[in-house]
Amino acid sequence: MSDLLSLSLTGARDALKAKKTSSTELTDAYIGAMEAGKSLNAFITETPDKARAMAKASDEKLAKGEGGAMEGLPIGIKDLFCTQGVLTTAASHILDGFKPEYESTVSQNLWNAGAVMLGKLNLDEFAMGSSNETSHYGPVENPWRRSGGDNAKLVPGGSSGGSAAAVAGRLAIAATGTDTGGSIRQPASLCGIVGIKPTYGRCSRWGVVAFASSLDQAGPLTRTVSDAALMLGAMAGHDPKDSTSADLAVPDFEAALTGDVRGMKIGIPKEYRVDGMPAEIDALWQKGAAMLKDAGAEIVDISLPHTKYALPTYYIIAPAEASSNLARYDGVRYGLRVDGDSLNEMYENTRAEGFGDEVKRRILIGTYVLSAGYYDAYYLKAQKVRALIQKDFNDAYQSVDAILTPTAPSAAFAIGENEDDPIKMYLNDVFTVPASLAGLPGISVPVGLSGEGLPLGLQVLGKAFDEETVLKVGGVLEQAAGFDALPGFLAGGK
Amino acid sequence: MSLDKATVAKIAHLARIKTDDAQLDAMVGDLNTILGFVEQLSEVNTDNVEPLASVTGHGLPLRADVVTDGAYPERVLANAPDRAHGYYAVPKVVE
Amino acid sequence: MTAEKSNLVTGNTGDWEIVLGLEVHAQVTSNSKLFSGAATTFGSEPNSQVSLVDSAMPGMLPVINEECVRQAVRTGLGLNAAINRFSVFDRKNYFYADLPQGYQISQFKQPIVGEGVITVDLPGGRSKSIGIERLHLEQDAGKSIHDQSPTKSYIDLNRSGVALMEIVSRPDMRSAEEAAAYVKKLRSILRYLGTCDGNMQEGSMRADVNVSVRKPGDELGTRCEIKNMNSIRFMQQAIEYEARRQIEIIEDGGTIDQETRLFDANKGETRSMRSKEEAHDYRYFPDPDLLPLIFSEEFVEAEKAKLPELPDAKKARFIADFGLSPYDAAILVEEQETAAFYEKVADGRDPKLAANWMITELFGNLNKAGKDLSDSPVDEAKLGGLIDLITDNTISGRIAKDVFAEMFESGKDAPTIVEEKGLRQVTDTGAIEELIDSVMASQAEKVAEYRSGKDKLFGFFVGQVMKQSQGKANPAMVNELLKKKLAG
Repeated sequence: MSDLLSLSLTGARDALKAKKTSSTELTDAYIGAMEAGKSLNAFITETPDKARAMAKASDEKLAKGEGGAMEGLPIGIKDLFCTQGVLTTAASHILDGFKPEYESTVSQNLWNAGAVMLGKLNLDEFAMGSSNETSHYGPVENPWRRSGGDNAKLVPGGSSGGSAAAVAGRLAIAATGTDTGGSIRQPASLCGIVGIKPTYGRCSRWGVVAFASSLDQAGPLTRTVSDAALMLGAMAGHDPKDSTSADLAVPDFEAALTGDVRGMKIGIPKEYRVDGMPAEIDALWQKGAAMLKDAGAEIVDISLPHTKYALPTYYIIAPAEASSNLARYDGVRYGLRVDGDSLNEMYENTRAEGFGDEVKRRILIGTYVLSAGYYDAYYLKAQKVRALIQKDFNDAYQSVDAILTPTAPSAAFAIGENEDDPIKMYLNDVFTVPASLAGLPGISVPVGLSGEGLPLGLQVLGKAFDEETVLKVGGVLEQAAGFDALPGFLAGGK
Repeated sequence: MSLDKATVAKIAHLARIKTDDAQLDAMVGDLNTILGFVEQLSEVNTDNVEPLASVTGHGLPLRADVVTDGAYPERVLANAPDRAHGYYAVPKVVE
Repeated sequence: MTAEKSNLVTGNTGDWEIVLGLEVHAQVTSNSKLFSGAATTFGSEPNSQVSLVDSAMPGMLPVINEECVRQAVRTGLGLNAAINRFSVFDRKNYFYADLPQGYQISQFKQPIVGEGVITVDLPGGRSKSIGIERLHLEQDAGKSIHDQSPTKSYIDLNRSGVALMEIVSRPDMRSAEEAAAYVKKLRSILRYLGTCDGNMQEGSMRADVNVSVRKPGDELGTRCEIKNMNSIRFMQQAIEYEARRQIEIIEDGGTIDQETRLFDANKGETRSMRSKEEAHDYRYFPDPDLLPLIFSEEFVEAEKAKLPELPDAKKARFIADFGLSPYDAAILVEEQETAAFYEKVADGRDPKLAANWMITELFGNLNKAGKDLSDSPVDEAKLGGLIDLITDNTISGRIAKDVFAEMFESGKDAPTIVEEKGLRQVTDTGAIEELIDSVMASQAEKVAEYRSGKDKLFGFFVGQVMKQSQGKANPAMVNELLKKKLAG
């Protein structure tokens, strides 16, 4: 079968079921694609041998008419998920050589569903970043380039930058990501693909290297909304090993994609029209609202009054949790150790050399906001504002079924462009962070191109554990937008 | 609130991250920028607001008191940078 | 509270009062750890009872053990304390080699158990109420071993994550003796409840003692914390040394530094703990991996209904029903097994006699032999059998002591020993009169003296008759008959 790489996840699934191709054939095509796409630096570790062995096993099942929902489909795994016997780095020097003796629940769920592992994808160090530039393994390149001669290498967004670039550039048919403040949705938007962060508690966090425990959620990055529905279904589920995992059955997400949004109420939050928002983003947002209206939905103006405070709230809570979560990287039980004359020196040397600048910044901020005398002013205050942000959403959902916003305030920017100013970088997450703080599901769907020919996404937010509505609205948006632009780099060609 | 170099040095030590003088200077600037940014929260009236305990709102699940794990020292020690006689080894601590 | 005179310590500048508050760490009796499924048994191979959670592997998450929660609630009820139906687990952040996560999961602002009170038993049958400030659940750390290598410390995580209850008292104790009584009473309650085995040698129970001194009536002084006391005797020594040290410093014009100290049992002194010198900033915050712990009033009530009779209630019952002195009752109820032993012995017998025989003879002999009640050669039935022989006048109390010694030695029962050795008491009037006659005949001079008014000699005659009978004559009958005969 020709052009295997252009198949979507559901398309490939159907082709495998119909025996139009084999998992081995598909997997080999992607192993070739990984090779061809090396310049993107999307993978930290490639596991072609493992992929071939898994594909072979899948083919045997498929031949017998057996297999799970993801049987034989070759995917990439963000290198924040622990994978048994396979180097797991979180893109940090401090996890040098770490090969977990265990498999994360989400990746295990995917293998149980028959998926094939291509390798481990690059990310911002410990998922702290919005551009994939903080990786110890170097930046990831966005497969897209600006139109009009500027050949600058662009960031894929972050922190799931390797995942987004690999899926957009066809180095993987789909990939896992994690989203703490926008790390699935923002790179999906910047790379012209689909990314969904489910409700907090929908996917197990067990075996996922923790950044900020009250915010981290796994989700898929895919080429289509139905791909996202398929893969999320395989990743999700109650896990007794994660106390924050929701004890709820996983719905048939694909079945939710009815394309019918007639009578649904879609909220447009006025506070998301932030100062200095580029006109083309605003225009895209209005275009998206018009599409949904044309499909029969009712567009409702709503207010989420504390939106402005989401980002500062996030930049207290996430670093605070991170400062504690990252204390375990101390050179004693795994990863890097830099010797010292005393235990404390060993700790200080190891952590100084093992962590990059952005991680250090966040650890120090987090340590400070929790320290004696500052806890109430920072951390406690932030948790109170967080409660208000959650209340904003609860109030809004009294009158609407879903909320439509832009995903990111800009298209992909050049590598190095925003590096000097941490706040400027943090502002990338201005539209994604509020839902993260409230634990709500959100999807980014590519809807149009910027003036420079770069993809732009819109975000659909939903009620807690109502990913079905999020996917349904996202699907309608996808259908209406008919986004079919392709990036400059595409493994296997256009 | 504004951080000075000594405070940043103290925090860095609390977090067990060795920092030299030049790094400290850079960190002071960055951290103050971030703190200045989060300072806006003081505008929000949070009187009578309970801090968020969890986004899910449900209580803590309990597990049965059964031994289901452990008994695999080799897996526990497999990634250790230094080990001896079944222990992790670290620079000597004087108590 | 006014200072009790007897507790005051005399210094060069007058009397001082010692103020003591205790933080007791009690290992919760459970099969598996507080947040992982690894075993809790003592003394296994290093790192063999460690899960990936306990070793803080990346991405590992805690899930709480329901039995540990239940045990904490039961303990709270046993301490007459308020049970908080909503509590929160926090992270206490600090770096140490045996703390793999870089934080300890504990409870800071909202513990599972609030204020309570226990009554401690003091010498002379006195008692005193000691306030409990709180009880919270937390994880134990691993163990650092410093003496196996000249350059390295070794880390064993077997204890890492084992459930502890930290029980914090009010600063209500005023002497080493009261602190010892408090620990004993606490241990007794925990053992009755079955929530902690109270084994201090194995470290399942250890105490941090906050010591300060003040002039009676003054504000509280600056305190020092003596860490990790795992013996009541050493704790008392440490308190006495530390109080004396503080008094000397203050009397010499110095001030006390608030610090953590260790007790050196060999030298009998406390010293500053260098590794803890550095000021800590634990940065407590709610553990985002865990949700608030919530349970219903019904759950608490159900646990309350299932509590066993606790030492205080038992003691009150022993006093009321058996007429025991508070002192004896306190001794008998300290351990549940002792109380049960006693109740079996006392069943259908004179309860005071039973108490005396247990406390004086049985405990005395066990102590001398270095044995516990559980491996006593004299069981409930044997001791009861001996008491029966006394009650029905088969043997006298004096002979009974010999029988007891023989019982303790050989494990035989009392009737067998009495038969074998022919120790049955002589209660036959004729036989006793014969003995008396023979003594009077051989002591005619003394009889004359007695009859001329030297009645102090009566004791001498009793002694002679008993001697003649090899102690077997019934002493009451000897008295009675002798009086008659001497009177002529």
